[in-house]
Parts: sequence; structure tokens; C-alpha cells
Amino acid sequence: MGIKSAAIVGVYEHPSRFAPSKSAYQLIGESVRGALADAGLKRNDIDGLFFAGFGMDSLTLCDYLNLYPSYLDSTNIGGVSFVAHAGHAMAALAAGLCQVALICYGSVAASQPGTGLGGGGRSTAPADQYENPYGPTVINGYAMVAQRHMHQFGTRSEQLAEIAVATRYNASLNPEAKYRDEITVADVLASRMIAAPLHLLDCCMVSDGAGAVLVTSMERARDLRQPPIAIRGYGESVGHAGGGLRDLLELGTTRSARDAYARAAMSAKDVDMAMLYDSFTITVLAQIEALGLCRPGEGGDFVSGGRLRLDGDFPVNTDGGGLSSNHPGMRGIFLLIEAVRQLRGQCGARQVRKPLRTAIVSGIGGNLGYRHGAATMLLSNS
Amino acid sequence: MPDADARPYLKPLPYLEAENRPYFEALQRHELYFQRCQVCGRSQFHPRALCCHCLAPHPQWCKATGRGRVYTFAVTYHSPLPGFRESTPYIVAYVEIEEGLKVLANLVDCAPEEVRIGMEVEAVYTPATAEITLVNFRPARPA
Repeated sequence: MGIKSAAIVGVYEHPSRFAPSKSAYQLIGESVRGALADAGLKRNDIDGLFFAGFGMDSLTLCDYLNLYPSYLDSTNIGGVSFVAHAGHAMAALAAGLCQVALICYGSVAASQPGTGLGGGGRSTAPADQYENPYGPTVINGYAMVAQRHMHQFGTRSEQLAEIAVATRYNASLNPEAKYRDEITVADVLASRMIAAPLHLLDCCMVSDGAGAVLVTSMERARDLRQPPIAIRGYGESVGHAGGGLRDLLELGTTRSARDAYARAAMSAKDVDMAMLYDSFTITVLAQIEALGLCRPGEGGDFVSGGRLRLDGDFPVNTDGGGLSSNHPGMRGIFLLIEAVRQLRGQCGARQVRKPLRTAIVSGIGGNLGYRHGAATMLLSNS
Repeated sequence: MPDADARPYLKPLPYLEAENRPYFEALQRHELYFQRCQVCGRSQFHPRALCCHCLAPHPQWCKATGRGRVYTFAVTYHSPLPGFRESTPYIVAYVEIEEGLKVLANLVDCAPEEVRIGMEVEAVYTPATAEITLVNFRPARPA
């Protein structure tokens, strides 16, 4: 029957950032093996499957891994989907619909382009008919958010660059990160403009990669190999045109965070670090405000002076994020994995210096400039 | 009207169907339409077969003035999209039209360094093919 509280008990991040000789399914299989070993669970313990991917599906994955889950969830709200999956796994466990939930993802978007990132074919989605003729790109959607933020609050490119610089510092201490050479604000500003005001170094990379996460009851978690990391609260939402009234600085994160804090009986003051989806520097800044870590419009000051470094006041994206570590098309699963590793104290050279109790994990999927999904989760190690 | 055979149009085109055809037919006549619900009275863009505020059917087609202000924009220097790939930089913008709705379009007849949020703009109608005309916006000119 249902359980009172859920915990993340196994995680694995595939070390590869470029795997031309492997399929996405193979990377996932290797990650599932890694997460099971981390938790001390067996393949046949898995009875819930939570999966999303572009050009991939749950049935093919079940076939490949020879899984027979009794509960499946293929929610796809963009790259953040896996944070939503962890929230949905908590609900399924509470309802007694599964006992051990596997969340997984993999992609070879970098080494085998065209195999994983969607595209191709003509969209018949209603909104697309009014947008696609004008050349919307992933990046110009976010650039329009950045432009509006700069206009409304006086945010500067130098402040956005601070996010890329701190994230790269964190990556410099992660031997698996793809980009580890430190950069400066000047480097970011000198990198070529992709969609003004976003420069190349304001943008995440495209890499290969994969990961897996296992969630079960706190009761069962206590008998497993790793210290359990409790899911304290969760919320999700969306943002879109709202019939044409859209406010590009109004994030679904405001609502997902409100629900996550309420369900955890916590507030932003209780949070020691954050793993935030960093598709672009502006994505991080906008989420910091929406999560209530600072007031709206004050994100530029909040991120300045190296505060997001793992030795700073408020560590963010301690693995190096999508800006510097990996971004295989969708990155939500790595937000969970790194938060768990930090809360367990297993990060070695990149372990956050101050004591950690609670991490907030939050992401944006889809496009902040067009349509997006948002999911927020609070995790604690006690 | 450009000769479609002589100059193939590479950019993505809207997929016309019953729900959006009146909108694109109006653009052919150089008219920009939005919709207002006859039940709840609220407006919407993009057009739909129902009101997205109250789900009532048959929202009324209304003609916009075609004037508005730039709400935000992005000068795009890199694009993977056919037709746009070859024509960078281009400017995408949300224009808040006088009716209070935000419309995505390209800003034309405007250098990237001249665009400002809040700038007054007006609709221009750009033929793409014999069947499709698109709305764009340019800096407003004195009447």
C-alpha cells in the first residue's frame, strides 16, 4: 500500500560526453546498471518506469532493458521532465502503484545529431502556425526574455556572464565536465553573439549523456546502501501565451515553487544550494527570482561576485551545469543526480564547502520565450 | 507579388486549415485579425475555434489597427531554420498591438541597433507565396 515519504536511493550519471559508438539506449542501460549498484537494488526490484526522450519511447526502452513495469509515466514537458518524474514517482509510491521507481534518460545528440533532438516534419500545432514563419529558435526565445529583463530591471550582460563564469569554475573541479578551463566575464562578452543579448558562452552545449535515478519509500531506503535523500516537497506548472496576454518574466516556476515550499513546509530561507536548469544564463537568473531566492529584478545582483560558486554564499550548479558539464538535449535528470551527490557529501573536490541540509532542484523545459514546463523539488539529507 | 517559381520561398510556412484560414485570408487582404469572445468579452491571439478564456465556441473576428509597440525582441545571428539560416541577422519580436495582445513577428525596415523596447511599430504585409501573406512590423511612420 501507499507510503508516507519517498527518498532518492540510487543515482548514476554516465561519464561519457561523446559516445559515437553507442546508442542512447545503451547509455541508458549502463546508467540503470550504475544506479542499481549505487542503491544496492536489483533489476527486478524496478516496478515503475518514468521516461521521456525525443524520438524514443517507453515501450522500446522496456523491450531493450527487458523490463515489465506495472506503472509507467512518459510525461514530457521538455528537459525538466525528469524532475517532474521524481514528483510523479513520489505520488505513485504514495498511492501504492509501484514500490521502486526508475527515472532515466539518455541521448547521443552530439555524436549522432538528428537521432534525438526532434525536428523534421512539418508541425501542425496551432501556435506554431503563428510562430514558425518568423524564425523562432531555442535561443531567440530565451534572448527575448533576457532583453525584457534588461529593459524592466536594468540587468546587464555582465551579470548574466557572472553565471557562466561561476558555473565554469564549478566545472573546473568536476573531472567529468566537458569544459573545465576557467573563463572570465570578458570572455563571455567577447564570445560571438548567437541571439542578442545572448552570447555563445551564455548558452548550454549539446553533448551526449545519460543518467538514472531510483526512488522508493523512506522505510525501504533505510535498508539500502546509500544514505537516503528525502523528497520533501514538489510542484509543477507551465507557462505560455495566455491567450496573447503573456508576460515573459512570469515563470511557471513561481507556481511550482509555491507548491513545493508549501508541501515541504519550507521557504527559500531553508535552502542551502540549488540545481537549476541552465539552458541559458538567463534561465538561471529568472529562476532564482521565481524561486524567491531574491526579489524580482534583483537576480543580477544576486548572481554577481562569484556567489554561485561552490565556495560561494549560495552554490548553484555545482557540477558545471549544462553550460559546462553536459547537456544531452534534456538535462533535468542531472539536476537530481548532482543534488543527491552533494547532499550525500560524495562530490570530492567539488563538494560544497558549507554544510548542506536542503537543496532545491528546479527546471524549465521547452522554451521560456514560447511555451514552457516548470518543476521544482526540495531534497534533504535528514 | 513575387514569382514563386522564380524565387523559391525557403522559410517555414503556416499550415492552413479551417481553424486558422480566416486569419491568413485576412492577411492576404492586408488586414490583421484577432478575436473577441461574444460570451465572456475577452480577446485572444492567436485565433482559435473557441475562446481560450471560457471555451465558448465561435469567438468573433475583429480587425486590429495594426499599430503597436515592441514588447521585446531578439536579434538572431544564428539560426538552423531553412530560409532564416541564409538571412541572418533577423529580428524576432513580440509586438503588443493596441488591442493589448502580443503578436510574434519579424521587425523589418529596421537596423538591429535601432530597435528599442517600447518603440512604435506598424504592420506591414509581406507576400511569401501566391497563397500566403505574412504580417510583419516596421517602425511607425507619421500618417
